[in-house]
Amino acid sequence: MRIRALAVRIMQQFVRDKRSLALIFLAPLLVLTLMYFVFNGQAAEPDVGVTGLPPSIVAKLESAGANVTVYDNREAGMEGLRDGELDAVLEMAGGSPSILLEGSDPAVNQGVQMIVQRAMGQTGGGGVQPDITYLHGKANLTSFDSFGPVLVGFFSFFFVFLLAGVSFLRERTTGTLERLLATPVRRGEVVAGYLSGFGLFTLLQAALIAGYAIYVLGLYMDGSIWLVLLINLLLSLTALTLGTLLSSFASTEFQIIQFIPIVIVPQVFFSGLFSLETMNPWLQKLSFFMPLYYGADALRGTMIRGEGLSDNTVNVLVLLGFSIVFALLNVAALKKQRSI
Amino acid sequence: MATSVKVSGASETVLAIDSVTRAFGSRTILNGISLDVRKGELLGLLGPSGSGKTTLIKLITGIDRADRGDIRLFGERMPKLAMLNRIGYMAQSDALYNELSAKQNLQFFGKLYDLNGARLESRIQAAMSMVDLLNHLDKPVAAYSGGMKRRLSLAIALLHEPELLILDEPTVGIDPVLRLAIWQELLAMRDKGTTIILTTHVMDEADRCDRIGLIREGRLTAVDTPEALKRMSGKATIEEAFIALGGGAGQ
Ligand SMILES: Nc1ncnc2c1ncn2[C@@H]1O[C@H](COP(=O)(O)OP(=O)(O)O)[C@@H](O)[C@H]1O
Ligand SMILES: [Mg+2]
Repeated sequence: MRIRALAVRIMQQFVRDKRSLALIFLAPLLVLTLMYFVFNGQAAEPDVGVTGLPPSIVAKLESAGANVTVYDNREAGMEGLRDGELDAVLEMAGGSPSILLEGSDPAVNQGVQMIVQRAMGQTGGGGVQPDITYLHGKANLTSFDSFGPVLVGFFSFFFVFLLAGVSFLRERTTGTLERLLATPVRRGEVVAGYLSGFGLFTLLQAALIAGYAIYVLGLYMDGSIWLVLLINLLLSLTALTLGTLLSSFASTEFQIIQFIPIVIVPQVFFSGLFSLETMNPWLQKLSFFMPLYYGADALRGTMIRGEGLSDNTVNVLVLLGFSIVFALLNVAALKKQRSI
Repeated sequence: MATSVKVSGASETVLAIDSVTRAFGSRTILNGISLDVRKGELLGLLGPSGSGKTTLIKLITGIDRADRGDIRLFGERMPKLAMLNRIGYMAQSDALYNELSAKQNLQFFGKLYDLNGARLESRIQAAMSMVDLLNHLDKPVAAYSGGMKRRLSLAIALLHEPELLILDEPTVGIDPVLRLAIWQELLAMRDKGTTIILTTHVMDEADRCDRIGLIREGRLTAVDTPEALKRMSGKATIEEAFIALGGGAGQ
């Protein structure tokens, strides 16, 4: 069968291409690991300078997680703030507390405020502490747990897109595509052969990325691993078909790179890494055209909220639809190379 | 001189090209080409580079489509997918998978022509011995020299024993001794009934063809046996005949 011959050839080429192997199997793991260290760090203890505060409050601040330094007067604290040694200065002025924040990092600002509120709140005594439980996730869900599913989807998408685009382009520029099309092979068989040849590596890659993120990096996982693999595979197939399709509009490998800011980067913004709720509703609708939006939504739902296949039918079908449409467009685009 | 014995017999037409025109943008590359090729004939297309030989070859193989005119292969109007099984094609630039071994290349293309198992294996042996590459079967193509790649491309074209061989500059970069050997193989295949169409810009090769088509600036200025062309132009060599005939009619 010709499809099988094509698939076998792609695999033979691929296993001899060590760089591409590394790109598709090692690079995602490396970047994912880096992301893990960037986003998984525990919130740093803020350095707070205090002046004129009763020792009981100082103790509460410390137990709430602040590094407290006591200053004699406000000026000395200000000095520390300017030198970058402190994140905030807390003082009791006329009976009510006031905080002066260093202010350049919003995350630190929030951290200080939370700690101060916690410390002050407890002194009030009258307030009833609400009992907090979580519908999804857990108390110490880190940023990495929240971004992780999106990253897993993104890496499956990005590296397959690059690889598929470049190899199909190379097939065209070296003349082998034309030679291929001088045989009785059908255009559909060429596309199907590419899909199955790369599809196998794509499947392996999807499994590797998801498995590594969940079992090695300990990414929060509340759903079925099989559903995660299915979504990841569909996302990679979309990347595969989109990559080969776009490569017919490129004539050099650099032009494939030029597609990244147009095709890949916008998808990152719409993939759920950033909240879109305050965005113009019309602009929000752009996400409907982005495969990564559906993939990331499904991965997040599955991994964090423990959703099953039935909760993700739309996402799965849309991704499947993208792949089918792109594959058919590929078959049509091959007409540029051979009229029949 | 390879004066053919077989051509003169009333044999069927394998390829019929009728007033074919092909333009890219506003540039007309092929202009009103008409040509018939009979079974068992070795036809050489001779012309300077850029004259349109490769463009014509691509129309015959159905990779490209003519703007006007009609190309029939084995009686079927081209382009037609089923006809591609009956053609062996060697492109002007070697289209090989460099990462793979010669054998893997041959197996891949063989399977696209529906060859399998023992038959594929024996055809690989036969084709590679024809181009004298049997000892290099398992080498990666990346380690091949230019001439070896050319020969491997030829072996791939021969693999499925096509009725019609279409070779675009098959002997470029191949040393004289081996070129002679390859020509002997081609002539032997022709004698067994394979139709061969090849392009060349080497004049002494043209002399070995049954008939030569002279192409100049997209026009077929003359098609005849080497002897007839020389006689027609009153020249002693094909080279001179080409200049006399092509130059006159090309303007
Ligand atoms: N796809 C194409 N687009 C535009 N021009 C082309 C294309 N293919 C060939 N040509 C032009 O057609 C002319 C004939 O080319 P070609 O058939 O390759 O000549 P030959 O094989 O005789 O050297 C050249 O001038 C070439 O630039
Ligand atoms: Mg040429």
